[in-house]
Amino acid sequence: MSLTIALWSVAAFMTTAVLAIPFGRSLDIGQLVYAVCLLLCGGAFAIALFHLVGGSTATPELELPMGVPWIGAHFRLDALGAFFLVVVNLGGAAASLYGLGYHRHETAPNRVLPFFPAFLAAMNLVPLADDAFTFLLAWEFMSLVSWALVMTHHLERENARAGYIYLVMANFGTLALLLAFGLLAGEEGHYGFVAIRSGQHTTWISALVLTLTLLGAGSKAGIVPLHVWLPLAHPAAPSHVSALLSGVMTKIAVYGFIRIIFDLLGQPSWWSSMAVLLLGGVTAVMGVLYALMQHDLKRLLAYHTVENIGIIFIGIGLALGFQANGMRLPAALSLTAALFHVLNHSLFKSLLFFGAGAVLVATGQRSMEQLGGLVHRMPYTSFTFLLGCAAISALPPLNGFVSEWLIFQAMLQSPDLPQWGLKLLVPAVGGMLALSAALAATCFVKAYGISFLGRPRSDAARIAQEVDGFSLATMFLLSGLCLLAGVLPGFVTDGLAPVTVSLLAERMPVQSAMPWLSIVPIAATRSSYNGLLVFAFIATSAGLAAYVIHRFASRALRRAPAWDCGFPDPSPATQYTAGSFAQPIRRVFGSVVFRAREQVYIPPPGSIAPARLSVQLHDLAWDGIYTPLTHAVGVVGDRLNVMQFLTIRRYLTLVFLLLVTLLLVLTLWP
Amino acid sequence: MALVLLVAPLLTGVIRKVKARLLRRQGPPVLQPYRDLLRLLRKDAIVAENASWLFRVAPYLIFATIWVATALVPTFATGLMFGWTADLIAIVALLGSARFLLALAGMDVGTSFGGIGSSREMLIASLAEPAMLLVVFTLALIAGSTQLSTVVSFMASSEVGLRVSLGLVFVSLVMIAIAENGRIPVDNPATHLELTMVHEAMVLEYSGRHLAMIEAAAALKLLLYVSLIACLFLPWGLASSNADLSQYTIGLGAYLSKLVVAASALAFFETTIAKMRVFRVPDFLGAALMLGLLGTLLMFVSRSL
Repeated sequence: MSLTIALWSVAAFMTTAVLAIPFGRSLDIGQLVYAVCLLLCGGAFAIALFHLVGGSTATPELELPMGVPWIGAHFRLDALGAFFLVVVNLGGAAASLYGLGYHRHETAPNRVLPFFPAFLAAMNLVPLADDAFTFLLAWEFMSLVSWALVMTHHLERENARAGYIYLVMANFGTLALLLAFGLLAGEEGHYGFVAIRSGQHTTWISALVLTLTLLGAGSKAGIVPLHVWLPLAHPAAPSHVSALLSGVMTKIAVYGFIRIIFDLLGQPSWWSSMAVLLLGGVTAVMGVLYALMQHDLKRLLAYHTVENIGIIFIGIGLALGFQANGMRLPAALSLTAALFHVLNHSLFKSLLFFGAGAVLVATGQRSMEQLGGLVHRMPYTSFTFLLGCAAISALPPLNGFVSEWLIFQAMLQSPDLPQWGLKLLVPAVGGMLALSAALAATCFVKAYGISFLGRPRSDAARIAQEVDGFSLATMFLLSGLCLLAGVLPGFVTDGLAPVTVSLLAERMPVQSAMPWLSIVPIAATRSSYNGLLVFAFIATSAGLAAYVIHRFASRALRRAPAWDCGFPDPSPATQYTAGSFAQPIRRVFGSVVFRAREQVYIPPPGSIAPARLSVQLHDLAWDGIYTPLTHAVGVVGDRLNVMQFLTIRRYLTLVFLLLVTLLLVLTLWP
Repeated sequence: MALVLLVAPLLTGVIRKVKARLLRRQGPPVLQPYRDLLRLLRKDAIVAENASWLFRVAPYLIFATIWVATALVPTFATGLMFGWTADLIAIVALLGSARFLLALAGMDVGTSFGGIGSSREMLIASLAEPAMLLVVFTLALIAGSTQLSTVVSFMASSEVGLRVSLGLVFVSLVMIAIAENGRIPVDNPATHLELTMVHEAMVLEYSGRHLAMIEAAAALKLLLYVSLIACLFLPWGLASSNADLSQYTIGLGAYLSKLVVAASALAFFETTIAKMRVFRVPDFLGAALMLGLLGTLLMFVSRSL
C-alpha cells in the first residue's frame, strides 16, 4: 500500500514536470508547481515516516512491466529506503516551500520549473528501486536532471565549467556503479536485488565491488579526492536547488553506498572498514579546511558538505568494522549515528543554503567580502542562520552535536576489536573527527561573523531588505527541527531502529523510555547525554542571571561610538575580512595541505602604487590527479588523431586484426 | 552550582595575589575580583552604536553555558545530582558553544581588534579542542566510561595504578587548560597591548554588566579546568555520593586546599615564563595534541597486552 502510494507520488512529480514545460513561462504557474511539489513531498514524507515508525515489519514489493523486457522493474520499500524517503521528502518539502517565495527572483523560471519536480521524482525513485537496472536508471536520471538544474544560469562562464565537470564526474560515477552491479550479478546475470543478496562473492570480487562503490557513490557524495565537482556545481544552481543538491542528493549517494555494501554484498570484512574510515577521516578534515579558505558563502557551504559526508562515512566505516567482527550493538550504534547525521545534515545544510539564498536575494552578493552588518537589516534570517551555524558546528544543545557524540561513543567501543589495524586507526580517526568539528566551528564563526556581523562592506549590504514570508517560514521551520532533534534525540534514534534491525539485526536500546528523555547508548554508567536538560539548564541560568542583574544591579544602557582601544577606524574596510580571519589557519595548515604561498609586493620608495599581498592556494586533488589525467587524455587523443586519416585498406586490416584478437581471447578464456 | 559561582572569583584573586608576591609587589587583596564584579554590575553598560542583539544577549548565554558546564564537574563530592545530564564530551562541547558565541560577539561591532581576537581564539580552539577530546578518549578508555562521576570514582579507587598514558594525558590536559584559559604563555589576561591580546581583544567593546558576565564566565572556566584536573588526577578526599557530613567537610577542605595549590602553581609558572608568539602557539598545542594521541594509542597497546 505505502509502496504504491510512493510510486504514484513519483508519477505525480513526473506529470508536474511534464506539464511545467509548456506552461512554465509564467510566474504564477511557478507558484503552482512549487505548491504541488510541497503537497506531494508532504504526502510522501508522511507515508515514509509512517512506514518507518509505524511498527510494521512488512516490506512491500512490486514488479512493473517496464524497462528491460525479461527483467521488468522491481520496487521495494524497506526501512532503509523509508528513512531516506523521509530525508528526501523533508528536504524536498522545505525546498518547495522556500521556492514559493524564492522563485520570483529567478530570471528564467522555465529553466528550473520542469526540472525541479523531475529531480524530486528521481530522488524518490532511487530508494524504491529493487533491481540494478531500475536503480541505475533512476540514479542516472537524477544526475542528468540535477545537471540541468546546475546549468540554470548557463551564461556565466563559471557555471558552464561547473556543469561540464559535474557531467563528467557523474557519468564516471554511474559507470563505476554499473561495473559494481555487473560484478554483483555474477556470471548468471541476476540483476534483481533479491538474487544478488543471496549470492556468494569471493574476497576479490568483494574488494572490487567496494572500490567501485566507493568510486561511484563516493563521487556523487563528494569523498576526497572525488569531490572536485561538488563545490563548483552546488553553488551554481539557484539556492533552493543548491539546498537539495547538498542536503539531499548527497544523501542518496550515501543510501547507494549503504544499500550495496551492507545489504547486497553480505557480511563485510574488516579491511573494508579500514578503507572507509580512512577516507571518511581524510574527507572530513580536508573538506573543512577547504571550506575555511573560501570567501564565497555558497561555495563555503558546499565544501562543508564534503566535511559532513566525511563524518557520515566515518560512522559507516565504524559500523562495517564492528559488523565484520560480530559486534552487533556497537555496529548498530555507529550506523544509527551515521544515519542521524544524514538527517541532521539535510536539515542544517538546507537551512544554511536557504539563508545564503536569502542573502543573495537581499544583496545580490555571494562573496563574504562584500557583506557585513546584515544582522541589523535581516534580523530573522540572521537568527535562523545563527542556529544553523551552531548546529553544523556540533554545539550542544543542537542536533549536530548529538550525532557526533554518538559517533564518539561508538569509537570508544573500539578497543574490543581484534584487528590491530582498526584498533590503531579508530583513535586516529577520532582525532580527525574532533579536529574537523573544531575547525567547523572556526569556519562558521568566520561565515557568520563576516557576513552577518560587523559593519556593511558594500552599499548592497547597507540597504539589504529582509526576505519574503515563505523563505522565512522555511528557515524557521528547519531551525526549529534542528533544535527539536537536538533536545529530543531519543525519538530520532528510536525511529532509526527498524533500519539497523533490518541491516544489522540489532538496534540501540529503546531511548524514549529513559528517565528525563536522556540518551544512553550502551549503559548509564558508561555515558549519557540529555539535550533537553542541558537546554533547560542553559535557558534557566541565562534567564536567571539576566533577571537578577536587571532587577538588582543595573539596567541602564548607553549607546556610544565603538571604543576600539581609543582608535576607532572610520572606514568599514579596516574590519577583519574573510581572508584575514582565515589567515592563521592558512598559515598553520595551509602551507602543507594547500601549498599556500604568500607574496608581498611593496612598491619602491617614491612610487604611489599600492602595496599588494597575493595568496596562492593549490588544490592537491586537481594538481595531483585531475590535471595529469586531463593532460594524459589530451596526449593520447593527439596520438590517436593519426587514425582519422588512414586509407580504407588500413581500416580493413585493423578491423581484421581486432576480430582475430577477440576470437583468440574468446578461445583462450578459461 | 552556587558553590562554583562563589569560589571562582576567589581563585582568580588568589592567583593574582601569589603572582604579585612573587614579583615582590603587595598585590590586590584576594577578594578584589568580587569587588570588581560588583562594581561592574552596578555601572551603566555602554555598547557601541552598531552593536546588535547578539552583542547584548551573548554575555548571559556565555555565562550560563560555562556555569552549567562547571556545575557538571565534581568539586568536593562525586555523584552530582544531574551528573548524568552531560558526559565529559558534552562538557567540552559546552565550552565550545560558549567560545563560539564569544568569538561572534567579538566580531559584532566590526572593529579590527574584535576580529583579531576572534580569529586567534578560534585558531587556538581548533587545536585545543581535539587535544581535549583525545584526553577524554584516553580517560574514557581507562575508566570504561565518559561519565565524569564514574571516571572520578574509578580514579579515586585503587584499581588505577601508575600508567604512562595517565602521565601523558596529565601533561596534555595542563597545556590545554593553559591555552583555553588564555594564560601565559599563550595569552596574557592582564595585557592591553594591542598585538598580544586574544581574549581581551574579543571583549574589548564590553562594559558594565556585560563585562561582569564575561569576567565571571572566564573565572568559572578557569575554575572548571582546575577542578577537572584536581578531581581526575588528585582525587583524594573526594566524598562519595552517600557520604555523611564529616566526609563532605573533609572533601570541601581538600578541594579548597587543592585550589590554593593549583593557583600557586599556575602563578609560579606564569611568572617564570615569557609569552610566546601567536604562531608558536600551534606548536605548543600540537604537542598537547600529540601527547593526547600518544596517550590514547598507548592505552590501546597496553589494554591488549
